[in-house]
Amino acid sequence: MRRWLVAVLLTAVAAAPPIAAGAARAQPADASTQATDRMVVDGDIGRSGGTLVVAARAEPKTFNPIAALDSPSRDVIWRMQADLIHINRETQRAEPALARAWTVSPDGLHYVINLRRGVRFSDGHPFDADDVVFSFNAYLDERLHAAQRDLLLIGGKPIAVRKIDALTIGVDLPAPYAAAERLFDSVAILPRHRLEAPWKAGTLAAAWGVATAPAEIVGLGPFRLERFRPGEDIVLARNPNYWKEDRAHTPLPYLARLTFAVVPSEEAQVVRLRAGELDVLNRVSTQHAATLDRDQASAPYVLRDLGPGLEYHFLFFNQNESVPAAVRAKQAWFGDDRFRRAISLAIDRASLVRLAYSGRGTPIWGHVTPGNRLWANTAIAHPAASTSAALALLTQAGFTRGADGTLADARGTAVSFSILVAAGNAALNDMAAIVQDDLRKLGITVQIAALDFSAVLSRVLESHDYDACLLRLVSGDVDPNPEMNVWLSNGPTHLWHPLQTKPATDWEAEVDRLMREQMTTLDAAARKQLYDRVQAIVAEKLPLVPLVSPNIIVAAKRTLGNFRPAVLDHYTLWNAEQLFWRTAEGRR
Amino acid sequence: MTRLLGPAVGVVAVYVVVLAAPFVAPYDPAVQHRDHPLAAPTALHMIDRDGRFHLRPFVESEDADGATHAYPLRVFARSSDDVDTGRGSRHLVSVDPPANLFLFGTDTLGRDQFSRLLYGGRISLGVGLLATALALGVGLLLGSLAGFFGGWIDAAVMAVSDVFIALPWLYLLLALRAAMPLDVAPARALASIVIVIGIAGWARPARLIRGVVLSVRNRDFVAAAAASGASPARVLRSHVAPAALSVALTQASILIPQYTLAEITLSFFGIGIGEPTPSWGAMIGVMLRQELTIAHWWLAAPAAALIGVSLLYHATADALQRRTLALGVTR
Repeated sequence: MRRWLVAVLLTAVAAAPPIAAGAARAQPADASTQATDRMVVDGDIGRSGGTLVVAARAEPKTFNPIAALDSPSRDVIWRMQADLIHINRETQRAEPALARAWTVSPDGLHYVINLRRGVRFSDGHPFDADDVVFSFNAYLDERLHAAQRDLLLIGGKPIAVRKIDALTIGVDLPAPYAAAERLFDSVAILPRHRLEAPWKAGTLAAAWGVATAPAEIVGLGPFRLERFRPGEDIVLARNPNYWKEDRAHTPLPYLARLTFAVVPSEEAQVVRLRAGELDVLNRVSTQHAATLDRDQASAPYVLRDLGPGLEYHFLFFNQNESVPAAVRAKQAWFGDDRFRRAISLAIDRASLVRLAYSGRGTPIWGHVTPGNRLWANTAIAHPAASTSAALALLTQAGFTRGADGTLADARGTAVSFSILVAAGNAALNDMAAIVQDDLRKLGITVQIAALDFSAVLSRVLESHDYDACLLRLVSGDVDPNPEMNVWLSNGPTHLWHPLQTKPATDWEAEVDRLMREQMTTLDAAARKQLYDRVQAIVAEKLPLVPLVSPNIIVAAKRTLGNFRPAVLDHYTLWNAEQLFWRTAEGRR
Repeated sequence: MTRLLGPAVGVVAVYVVVLAAPFVAPYDPAVQHRDHPLAAPTALHMIDRDGRFHLRPFVESEDADGATHAYPLRVFARSSDDVDTGRGSRHLVSVDPPANLFLFGTDTLGRDQFSRLLYGGRISLGVGLLATALALGVGLLLGSLAGFFGGWIDAAVMAVSDVFIALPWLYLLLALRAAMPLDVAPARALASIVIVIGIAGWARPARLIRGVVLSVRNRDFVAAAAASGASPARVLRSHVAPAALSVALTQASILIPQYTLAEITLSFFGIGIGEPTPSWGAMIGVMLRQELTIAHWWLAAPAAALIGVSLLYHATADALQRRTLALGVTR
């Protein structure tokens, strides 16, 4: 197989023809008159009917995929919408969705995407290439400030989407982009017949608000909106026009209804799960997991600990150039690799996992977590915590310990700094207290400053008025490209020193080069090598000191079929169309 | 008097115990016993497994092989809690390692709750006391001046007090904390909490004192003293101050638990003294994790202590008020 040919359609699409190299042939033009080209999905064959009740922390702010910035909105919207190419949350690989197949040119700049025939929106209107072109144009419209817009820019230039015929589109990239098919995930294909008028009128951002009549909200996802009761619930009903089916050719979804019950506190969610009023909790904290775990043998629910997800917690030091004088005095320490390595060595990650996460987490020494099966560099060393080894490194770097045990630098200044942490996060605060105690053993005085999360972000990204910070990042995808902003030295979320005009250090220049190269390298193995090198540099230079990746823990009723939670968001409802009740009593 | 004696003695006893925390507490409150997170309170035994009675209570602890050994409670023994120097301070009670004496269990990081409760009491009750002194001092001064002299002084003081009462202090403090330096040492943090609570709280006692002074100033015996040539300072000192002081004392017994609670609120919102210094507010903050508290009831110890101390103060305030009324000072 030629290396530029994207290998897809391995198991999921029974009906798809083999993909040819080069541009795809044009498809028949009249999309509406064709028999539906359904996608067959693998999994247990289930029974239709029943309602699933899922906990939601908050109610959605909008049903508009372009305007949605918050998780509660997106959780609901993505049960009603679909994308062209989808990242399978279980395999972590891109797979066809509304796109039946695609080809890519040898230079990686041009994609030709064939759409499914006979697909209809939930209101019965046929879907075709005009909807796709309209959707991408809307997402790329600067006036709408869509969250996904940045992902559709390559080197600052937008991708171009054009119609070839009713069931074929062409996508032109401004520059080669590895794994470009992943860009199409989470770009909802919107109904042009409903939304083009508000777009032209400049009111698309306000369309499909929560007060919109349910019948007005149309999509290609497995469910459609039936009812929204503010503060209570959002009820979605089965979309009869959905384009997936099971191996027995039964149309999906199985469930007749999917209800999001608004239960703001996790305590109440746990109580209602135990009472049988809720069927699924999408995320359970470690403290509640302990309680649920204890009772699950006699309870109707099952708790699933998926192991480390893509979230990682880390400590980093302020290495910005423009900082207050008090911080500047400490930057000689923060900028010294040996100091950062000593800090990393002194921190007992096993204690962080045991005490802050009740054992439900994984210690990490690199920024790509073990939950990212495709990209984690398994060769990164896991040095054991050692105060003496840390002190030896600090001695090499010119630090000394006084008679009272206080660590001082070569100029005799006692080493003391503050760690900024978000006040509301109990686990991060516990971690900060453990790190403080570990560093005390080196003779370092640490003050913990717990502030409101927005104040933390403001200090880190804007005023740069902090010494060190304990923070967490959650990757949206396993692929490294969405994290370009973190690793490029000119990135806005290059946390320890954002928006550099030129790389401040040689190793940051090297990371810039590697990240840019991997972004345009189309060969998967070569990309992996490049990103492995980035991970090795980060693990050695420790601009972020990786500490822990908390486990993803979810819960659901035992009788829920095809419940296969994954570590990519949405953990539990990513295959909502396949979920079904094994027994009649679960069906409500 | 006997109504007052009981609660007053109780209050004093609480302060004595928390002031003696380094001696009474078995452990340094910051030490993390990382192998014992959320450990239940240590059981004290007097009868061993063979049914023999021991005059000295003991605790049981398993060794590495799983065998259980008894470790008698040691009184006034020197502990080995200072790792660096190898010799620790004397403690009221302790047990030899590897046994542990967690009288109120441990928190999520394995820190002894009993020791943290005592050390935390020094902060929380200390803040209550000092902030009350500050608020009452300012309130007494400004309230007396406003009540005694009246006129523009009265109008100005009352206008400013209105502003202070109307300010949303908690939000202001949250904003203030976000703008403050991050590396605030515990002593400075303590001082700023006392000042903030004291300054925020002077207005209400000032208004009360003003009312008392205004009432006393218009009494016949005060007018007689003034008419017979007594200076304003003498009238204030001899006639007005005793009445105001009596009310201030009652106010103090009400304000101290209130301001202790204010410290707890500030710590609860993360504006208090930072880790690892304990305070009751920071400890009660853990109770937000309800499931944790239900499963580990000993985490509620600081809340129970706060309720107990508040009841003692309220009983003291009640007795003081009865005494004041009985003396007819405010009538």
